[in-house]
Amino acid sequence: MSALDKERSGDNQPAGVALAGDYWRPEGGPDPLSEKGRIGIGAPLSRVDGAEKVTGSARFAGEFTFEGMVYAALVYSAIANGRILNIDRREAEAMGGVVLVMTHENAPRLNTPPVFLRSPNGAAGDDHPIMQTDRVHWNGQPVALVLAETQEQADAAAESIRVDYAAEPAMTDFELAKTHARRPDNVLGGPAEITVGDADAAFEAAAHQIDATYTTPRHNHNAIEPHALTLVWTTGDGDESGREGETLRIHDASQCVDLAVASLAEVFGIETSQIHITSPFVGGGFGGKALWQHQILAAAAAKLADRPVRLALSREGVYRVVGGRACTEQRVALGADEQGRLQALIHSGIAAMTQHNNLPEPFFQATKCLYAADHIRLSIDVADMQMLANTFMRAPGESVGSFALESALDELADQLGMDPLELRRRNEPERDPTSGLAFSSRHLLEAARSGAERFGWSERSATPASRHEGEWQIGLGCATATYPYIRMPGAAARITLTPDGATVGIAAHEMGMGTATVQTQVAAARLGLPVEKIAFHYGDSHLAGSVLAGGSQQTAAIGGAVIAAQRALVAELLALVGQDSPLSGLSPDEIECRNEGLGAIGNGSRFETYAQILARAGQSELSVQADAAGSEELANWSMHSFGTIFCEAGVNSVTGEVRIRRLLGSFDCGRILNTKTATSQFRGGMIMGLGLALMEETLFDPRSGRVMNPSLADYHVPVQMDVPEIEVMWTDIPDPHTPMGAHGIGEIGITGVGAAVANAVYNASGKRIRDLPITLDKLL
Amino acid sequence: MNAFDYQQVADSEQAIEQAVRSRRAKYLGGGTNLVDLMRETVERPQALIDVTRLSRDIDETAEGGLIIGAAVTNSALAGDARVRSRYPVLARAILSGASAQIRNMATVGGNLLQRTRCAYFYDVAARCNKREPGAGCDALEGFHRYHAILGTSPSCIATHPSDMAVALAALDARIHLRGPEGERQLAITELHREPGERPDLETELQPEELIVAVELPPLPMAARSNYRKVRDRASYAFALVSVASMVELDGETIQDVRLALGGVGTKPWRALRVEAALRGQPATEATIAAAVDAELTEARPLPGNAFKVELARRTLIAELSRRIADARNGGEA
Amino acid sequence: MQWTINGQVREAEVDFRTSLLDLLREQFQLSGTKKGCNQGACGACTVLVDGERINACLALAVQYQGRTITTVEGLAENGTLHPVQAAFIEHDGFQCGYCTPGQLCSAVGMIGELERDHPSAVTADLAANGIEWNRDELRERMSGNLCRCGAYNGIADAIAAGLAKELGEELGEELDEELGEEIAR
Repeated sequence: MSALDKERSGDNQPAGVALAGDYWRPEGGPDPLSEKGRIGIGAPLSRVDGAEKVTGSARFAGEFTFEGMVYAALVYSAIANGRILNIDRREAEAMGGVVLVMTHENAPRLNTPPVFLRSPNGAAGDDHPIMQTDRVHWNGQPVALVLAETQEQADAAAESIRVDYAAEPAMTDFELAKTHARRPDNVLGGPAEITVGDADAAFEAAAHQIDATYTTPRHNHNAIEPHALTLVWTTGDGDESGREGETLRIHDASQCVDLAVASLAEVFGIETSQIHITSPFVGGGFGGKALWQHQILAAAAAKLADRPVRLALSREGVYRVVGGRACTEQRVALGADEQGRLQALIHSGIAAMTQHNNLPEPFFQATKCLYAADHIRLSIDVADMQMLANTFMRAPGESVGSFALESALDELADQLGMDPLELRRRNEPERDPTSGLAFSSRHLLEAARSGAERFGWSERSATPASRHEGEWQIGLGCATATYPYIRMPGAAARITLTPDGATVGIAAHEMGMGTATVQTQVAAARLGLPVEKIAFHYGDSHLAGSVLAGGSQQTAAIGGAVIAAQRALVAELLALVGQDSPLSGLSPDEIECRNEGLGAIGNGSRFETYAQILARAGQSELSVQADAAGSEELANWSMHSFGTIFCEAGVNSVTGEVRIRRLLGSFDCGRILNTKTATSQFRGGMIMGLGLALMEETLFDPRSGRVMNPSLADYHVPVQMDVPEIEVMWTDIPDPHTPMGAHGIGEIGITGVGAAVANAVYNASGKRIRDLPITLDKLL
Repeated sequence: MNAFDYQQVADSEQAIEQAVRSRRAKYLGGGTNLVDLMRETVERPQALIDVTRLSRDIDETAEGGLIIGAAVTNSALAGDARVRSRYPVLARAILSGASAQIRNMATVGGNLLQRTRCAYFYDVAARCNKREPGAGCDALEGFHRYHAILGTSPSCIATHPSDMAVALAALDARIHLRGPEGERQLAITELHREPGERPDLETELQPEELIVAVELPPLPMAARSNYRKVRDRASYAFALVSVASMVELDGETIQDVRLALGGVGTKPWRALRVEAALRGQPATEATIAAAVDAELTEARPLPGNAFKVELARRTLIAELSRRIADARNGGEA
Repeated sequence: MQWTINGQVREAEVDFRTSLLDLLREQFQLSGTKKGCNQGACGACTVLVDGERINACLALAVQYQGRTITTVEGLAENGTLHPVQAAFIEHDGFQCGYCTPGQLCSAVGMIGELERDHPSAVTADLAANGIEWNRDELRERMSGNLCRCGAYNGIADAIAAGLAKELGEELGEELDEELGEEIAR
């Protein structure tokens, strides 16, 4: 047995794992699993679903079938605002294989879906009625749906449908819309303006000033799996649950199965118990796989036709129906003294939005916590546009906000003649500069220092455009990365123990982040079982709790729920043991899980295996469910992940082409739970950051409000050749106030990368690019 | 995609017979562009005549050149040892286009006849004179970063997207055609049309006429030719500017030069003005710069693609300088 | 119509519009081959036809009658993973897994191209015999397969490792230093 295998199986576990205490309280202790040296935690376990994914047997949502299933195709509007005058469906209805054409004239009556962040049940991107009226609200809105026996027939019929519109004026030009910008009533539930002191006055008085405007374009998630679902309505006793009445069974690609159930129940006016969504494999999400019109339309059409339906959006369809990241225009004004200490920090600007959703792209998020400025003013305004509702995309706010902020820091360092890392060090805050809270865990300077050493930051020339290799100008840049730690309410876990091991069930999601693998490791370590004896179940709305795969919160949310379930399990087990058990008389807090059973802390002889306890009690299994503790830690501390991104860029002096030669991320994200999958997640975020820096842009035609590059050929994401070998490192210092001492790491990787690239491009070429993406035309 | 008939044919004779008999037929090569356009409903043929069984041979010609069957795949052509050593510009142009998967499918004939990637051409909800003559052009005041600066008209500014065709233009390739009226040949530069008022008419092909082969004349200087492609990604992206180039020196005098540009023209753009200005001239920076400017003064840029004038200028100068340096160094490419 | 798919002769009557991709996924329930863009821009649908990699989404099924097709489901032999498949697991060459089948088929096709000495856009000397092959060659040749999760480093590591196993000593001699280090890591 190799050392790795031992790690995996947990055989070497030196001590058991006691129950976690109140990690969320100042007086509570850290989760015992966060201690260094916990075997199994951090091990580079290969993905538990690896074999399925490399053999093609992993089945995604659009790959299930139901008897009698028909295929759907959508027709999208070609205007941004107005009314539908007429839909000519005659040709379509006469075509072979066509089962149904659904429009606002014959769609079943549907309630308007609740919107994400506006309603507790909200999973929907916007609150427009769905195919209920003749109104068109954005260019690309579905106006008809065809069902046919084959996809080819459905597509051809959809193409034959002719729609006449009465177009009305539409606000589709950001340059115009921003002249009517308004202050939203909230940004992610918080204020849209945050002030500390008088930043404008302090800025005016500062010895050194940077005042610059940065722009970032629209982005799309572009998960390689286009949104797809397969569903069936069943009635009476034929349904799987045996419940009365209608049930809706959906195979979906979802990062929020429970919220989707709740929203769909409102839309169709049925109970949540009548809807069952599973989503075991999701081909990438990045914020894009919540509830959009296609799921609702597919369910409505299935009801109308009384047939099971498969709806797989085309790639163009994803761009028309699923929102992306909004464009922003940001001002960053920095005022500093001679030593580089920030006296004023202003980060304000405008993001595009609609009146039908609730996500002002929160670009000031990172600025709230990063630097110790004496005076701070942060604000976000929104420019209302007639467009598909924008939504969350990997690190909403921080990804594009850190581009502006961290570029400006670099500009200030340049003006001061100071090393950019030194400038950041001098502004490292003691406490959160806007909330005043203490940080739960902040080791940014350590991450920056060790990253700089590894990267060879000292080789950087302070003079831009001073290093050449043939046609290439070479430069180094850095930027700070940050993303908040959160743990949303609603998580619960069920642990089912049998003599053969444990099943952990939680309505969480695996979209490639490694959740299934990492949580298997964590559960194994926590319960003192080898990973082979843990089955982690997820992606099913029938499972316990409600966990959103978003906001980098899943790891902590699941961790908190399993902590609670472990406590409940141990209590139940102790209730089962009789007088003659060596565990008799012990309370849960005197117990640790070890060696596939329970033992008294500090007493090796008082021990029984789970199998023995169950056998003695005459039970074949024991199942408990518990809710995670409330997220009080968020009120007690300022909680964030941090990191420093280092980039070496080449700028071709002939063509302006930018090539990234080296990229390193040094992170401070609490305990790393699986070094293999964590490395992949950090790299993945950083690569999306390279896309943001260099090439990504959704082309939104201001005349028509239409996305003009709805394809992977025309919306560029990085390809293999664009990506160097990316180095990733971490402090691995546990956060004492989080489950496992860990932070989620899905989003921090993309933050800071835009600025690190822009700063490296400046160092290479002497050209400061403030408008993303940094394409070659801007460098000629 | 509309329903259509499909027929595979064994040779060009059958293909033409079939085309004459069918209504609104299209020849189908690798399908990498046509199938995509059919899905977008930009192309709506009633019949597809599969011509991938036409010649897949690459043979020597009596003159010492090569003749390439129209159904030769892009990969096979780029991998051919004779092409790699005698016409490296062609191999490199092909290899810098699309992906390995697409190059394995795409044929030489189909590559030449691929259509523009203009977003407004692809989107049937937009106005496009190429799709619908007289409809107007949404690209003129829209997104046209990828569009042409040479050979444009008020009707159309779409670029021809092929890399291979740019190399062929530099190599003076001849296109062998066969139609109901028999066989004929065109110079590659005569195959594609500038848009003028009829951007829908993209080539000089007559109805039912079929590309059966491409002939490369012998050209010793091509052994030191090269293709440089400037694009937004490091791979798998269309050209913003590309340059196919080769130079023959006689001492310090430019004896001969062949240049063609991609990404900037409404057709594969042979830079004849540069060539004329360089032939017989001393190989100096000044002559090169003046010659390049002679071509680019013809450019009609728009706000979104004005950078291409400078980009093309710089890339042309850099490439010419390299070819001249290579020629001085005894012909190492 | 007839195709040989993963060693089995399969028959179906298909609409001429049906792509090879949809034939596999919908008619033969071989859903391992993925649809990412349906327009030849992502590579998720990559399969091998007579050993060469193509985008099945742009291939009309009717045009590929009689051909021998290998999909991700056919890469393993007798239940043993292809070395590249095993290396993808070991080197974490994927996250969500949706582009993975295409990456794998593309990698296997690429190995064949290397064996045939087929050049790429980054091959320095096109006229030379034998490709001097390194990580840039691998990255360029795999650039037709997008991965939005960003598993590119793991994919390259996995292919390099899988290649070494698959080609063994034959390739070992050609390995340059860079790749050798890569595999050793």
